[in-house]
Amino acid sequence: MTDVRAVSVRRWSTVSIVAIGGLVGILVILAFGPLFLGSYLTDRITTLFIYVILAVMWNALAGYGGLVSVGQQAFFGLGAYAVIRLSEAGVPVYPAMALAPVIVAALAFALSPLALRLRGGEFAIGMWVFAELAHLLVNLDGLIQGETGRSLIALSAFAPDVRRANNYWFALGAMTIFLALVFVLLRSRTGASVQAIRDNEEAAASVGVRVMSTKRTIFVLAAAGCAAAGALTLSTLITFQPKTFFSVQWTAYMIFMTLVGGLGTFEGPIIGAVVFFVVESLFGASGVWYLVALGATALVFSLWIPRGIWGTITARSGVQLMPIGYRLLFRK
Amino acid sequence: MIDQIVQGVLLGGYYALVACGLSFMYGVMRIINLAHGSLAVLSAFLVWYITEQLKVSPFLAMLVVVPIMAAGGWILQRAVLDRSLRSGPLTPLLSTFGIAIIIDNLLFERFGADTRSLAPDIGDLSYRSWTLPGGVTVGQLGLLTLGAAVVLIVGLQLFLKYTPLGRAIRATAEDRDTAELMGINSRAVYAAAAAIALGSVAVAGTFLGMRSTFDPYAGGAQLIFAFEAVVIGGTGSLWGTLFGAIALGVAQNLGAQVNPQGFLIAGHLLFFVVLAIRFFAAGRFSSGWIKALRRAPA
Repeated sequence: MTDVRAVSVRRWSTVSIVAIGGLVGILVILAFGPLFLGSYLTDRITTLFIYVILAVMWNALAGYGGLVSVGQQAFFGLGAYAVIRLSEAGVPVYPAMALAPVIVAALAFALSPLALRLRGGEFAIGMWVFAELAHLLVNLDGLIQGETGRSLIALSAFAPDVRRANNYWFALGAMTIFLALVFVLLRSRTGASVQAIRDNEEAAASVGVRVMSTKRTIFVLAAAGCAAAGALTLSTLITFQPKTFFSVQWTAYMIFMTLVGGLGTFEGPIIGAVVFFVVESLFGASGVWYLVALGATALVFSLWIPRGIWGTITARSGVQLMPIGYRLLFRK
Repeated sequence: MIDQIVQGVLLGGYYALVACGLSFMYGVMRIINLAHGSLAVLSAFLVWYITEQLKVSPFLAMLVVVPIMAAGGWILQRAVLDRSLRSGPLTPLLSTFGIAIIIDNLLFERFGADTRSLAPDIGDLSYRSWTLPGGVTVGQLGLLTLGAAVVLIVGLQLFLKYTPLGRAIRATAEDRDTAELMGINSRAVYAAAAAIALGSVAVAGTFLGMRSTFDPYAGGAQLIFAFEAVVIGGTGSLWGTLFGAIALGVAQNLGAQVNPQGFLIAGHLLFFVVLAIRFFAAGRFSSGWIKALRRAPA
């Protein structure tokens, strides 16, 4: 028997301190982006931030919570719709964008007792049905007039350059907030609980994990994140068209980014988002074949590289950048 | 009103047809195939292509497409699903979703955005109908679809009950490891089950093409209808799926009376209402259908 005192548990390592420092440094530099990036790059990097939010949120739900959803476009679309509605009701546009994720989170909370009782594939398509229903109901709104859509008119009060910089900072801020939330959540008791549920729900319940409330936390967080991404996308596109915002393609992108980067790792979806961003910049214009390649890549990763890029790297090298897990050390 | 219900029942026949394969695969392998709808649309395109090229009846083309899709199902199981089943319950969802994206976009690449239909190829069958006393019209194609669904379900039940392969499938669905101990090759059984499921998808695709139009991105909607039929009917029983499909068709037709968009909304609402009953009220009832809902597997 090993003497119990001969082992210790550590969360932080030199690598992770450097990594966190580096991440904070990058975020600080990025904060000055609009001052030196130029208008084209500012727009593009804003889109990258939105992708990171989407990937991180889908990964929190599926990679940590074990909840594969094909309906996250519901919250994405509802986030954008909420901004339109709030803005029409007289709320200034930027506070409206901050408020929209909160409203959608409340809606997800209300939906959770029903949605979270579904398991596996039933949850996956059940969420898709919810997204379709949300789309149809938004279409019924006289303000939106079906697929005609509606523009976020209030944004025209800002000069294009100001708008661009605001979008950038808003997206950067939202990305930082959601990354921080996931980080804190995963390090907390909930993080351990949610992974226990993912691995075996009955076993987790039997050791005292509160299954429903834990799953609900992650479900509501993911909904809020997708809503924020929807609101941000609306501020870049300006026009809200239900068909675009409630498209299942958004979820396809989320799945692609998470699978390629590494399902169930903190760093993976960020890497996946960067990969997707680069691939889209290079090949997005080639249309259908680009989408076929995305589907094929997702298929290949799910079958042969299930840990994704980052998961494979950590498995080979043992490097862990983010101090999320625990490390058991044996003293000599 | 009566007319709408009758039309809804006939529409339910199509949903039953497309839901059959989904229900069957879920029952045997515990896989929800997210490419199911896309495979039905792929079948419709194959039938359409053969019909156009060879100037034959869609029914004849269907006889060619069913074995093609069945072979495709066998390959799908061997090449993709076997492997993804081994890496946990989430992987089949991810890999079949990838396949759906590939199929949809390849169809778009090959056939473009135009909507197609097989209706012009079946002559007056597409609109011929009988009029019942009371002025209710019953379309012959709708009745044929419902009949095909019933025949398919009865056929599958008899097959599962009386044939050696059917028994092997039931045993494997019940307990794969024990079935293996009894000398059943479960991989072969799964491949056969996937072949049967996709054969039925080919039939569903043909009827989809005959009764309406379809386009490369119609797969998602077919998957959702099939899934709703399976859930409303209570998973795990083919007769339940028929019942759920008819309930879905009736709800949609009644919803369309309220609002042009009500067709789809009513179907989705019925789905969520049934889920709510299953989760929150099922304990208080004891009728067979409610019990069947409670038995629904996780």
